[in-house]
Amino acid sequence: MASIDEGGGGGHKQGRGVKKAKKLSTRVDMTPMVDLGFLLITFFVFTATMSSPTTLDLNMPKDIKDPKDQTEAKESGVMTILLGKDNHVFFYYGKLTVDATGNNFQSSSFSDIRKKIIEKKQEVIDRSKQRGDPQCEAEMKEKGKPVEYCWDKDFVVIIKPDKDATYKNTVDILDEMTINQVRIYAMVKILDQEYELIQKTENPGGGGGK
Amino acid sequence: MPSVKMPRKSTFTDMTPFVDVAFLILSFFIMATKFKPPEPVPITTPNSVLSQPMPDNNAVLITMDSTNRVFFSVLSLKDKGIYDQVIQEINTGRSLNLSPAEMANYRKTYAVGVPFGGLKQLLSTPADEQNGINQPGIPVLDTLNNELVWWIAAAKKAFAGQKLQYLIKGDQEAKYPTFEAVVSALKKNEEFKYNLVTALESIPKGSALEKSVKTSK
Repeated sequence: MASIDEGGGGGHKQGRGVKKAKKLSTRVDMTPMVDLGFLLITFFVFTATMSSPTTLDLNMPKDIKDPKDQTEAKESGVMTILLGKDNHVFFYYGKLTVDATGNNFQSSSFSDIRKKIIEKKQEVIDRSKQRGDPQCEAEMKEKGKPVEYCWDKDFVVIIKPDKDATYKNTVDILDEMTINQVRIYAMVKILDQEYELIQKTENPGGGGGK
Repeated sequence: MPSVKMPRKSTFTDMTPFVDVAFLILSFFIMATKFKPPEPVPITTPNSVLSQPMPDNNAVLITMDSTNRVFFSVLSLKDKGIYDQVIQEINTGRSLNLSPAEMANYRKTYAVGVPFGGLKQLLSTPADEQNGINQPGIPVLDTLNNELVWWIAAAKKAFAGQKLQYLIKGDQEAKYPTFEAVVSALKKNEEFKYNLVTALESIPKGSALEKSVKTSK
């Protein structure tokens, strides 16, 4: 085993017929115990689930039938993000215009979309700061909320995942809203026109649609 | 040349501190380990920056796997009678003619992923053999026949007067329409607040969230 016999067990000289009990070593060979200990450690290390799952809150609005009750967003502060297949991200600001006057439908990616959201948010904040809204600011002060809430209240992000988007993409974009502190966002069904545009961009020349 | 004699040293090292540390680590892992509940399907959840612990009691767990199958399970640690109420509600509401033994088996069933038609077969199988059954998932995509609506309604009725949370646990590869169908089933039951189960991710540096977390501290 792990020890080598040093020879001469007790090591005492037995002199003149004195009978002494042979001293036994108090050392126990611990190797098997260590073996077992480490075996168990390895087992528990492998089975341990260290990262306990966390949850992300999601509130969905009620389906509103009456168009009069719908919340209206200012066109200048709206950003629409579309999710396609293979982690494609598209976006446009305000109303979708794809005609002779111009095309504001742009392609992006998950690494890039954060920059776009921050840019747009800053733009909206700067504009409302310039204009000022004393009524809202007074209201916020009364309620003890920061004045910043007035500046970005016009910034609305609309999320439209298409049918090829994965659940991961959806969670990622919701997460992006948290990361960038977008306070107003909504998940909306994609429009046919937008889906066609995505199809055209994803399969150029392929005719689009399945 | 004079030969130098090396003193013969013992190779017996004192292993006590070594053993101490080993068993300290061992006891840490034994206490820290929480065994995963059995899952009908392996799920890789997406990551998010939010860090709320997942509730494991008084909740309805809706699982979506990578092939878009939907599973329904009720999580109730203390009151096992909830399970009986849920399955009785489903049995009478959909007139499935389940036997009392089959309904009792629902307590042990971890997740249901079959249409109502296949429920009898699933519940007549002992719980530890249910993994062998090929569960096609609860049909949700057909808006007219979204069976998840019934399951949620039954759970809602059983948990009446108690706090109930809705957990949606989706695989990264699950497609959005499945998620939308699950949400619409919840919406039909007038439930608008859900928790999406995710794994924790660190907050990106320099983001607005990081700043607001710092100021609030």
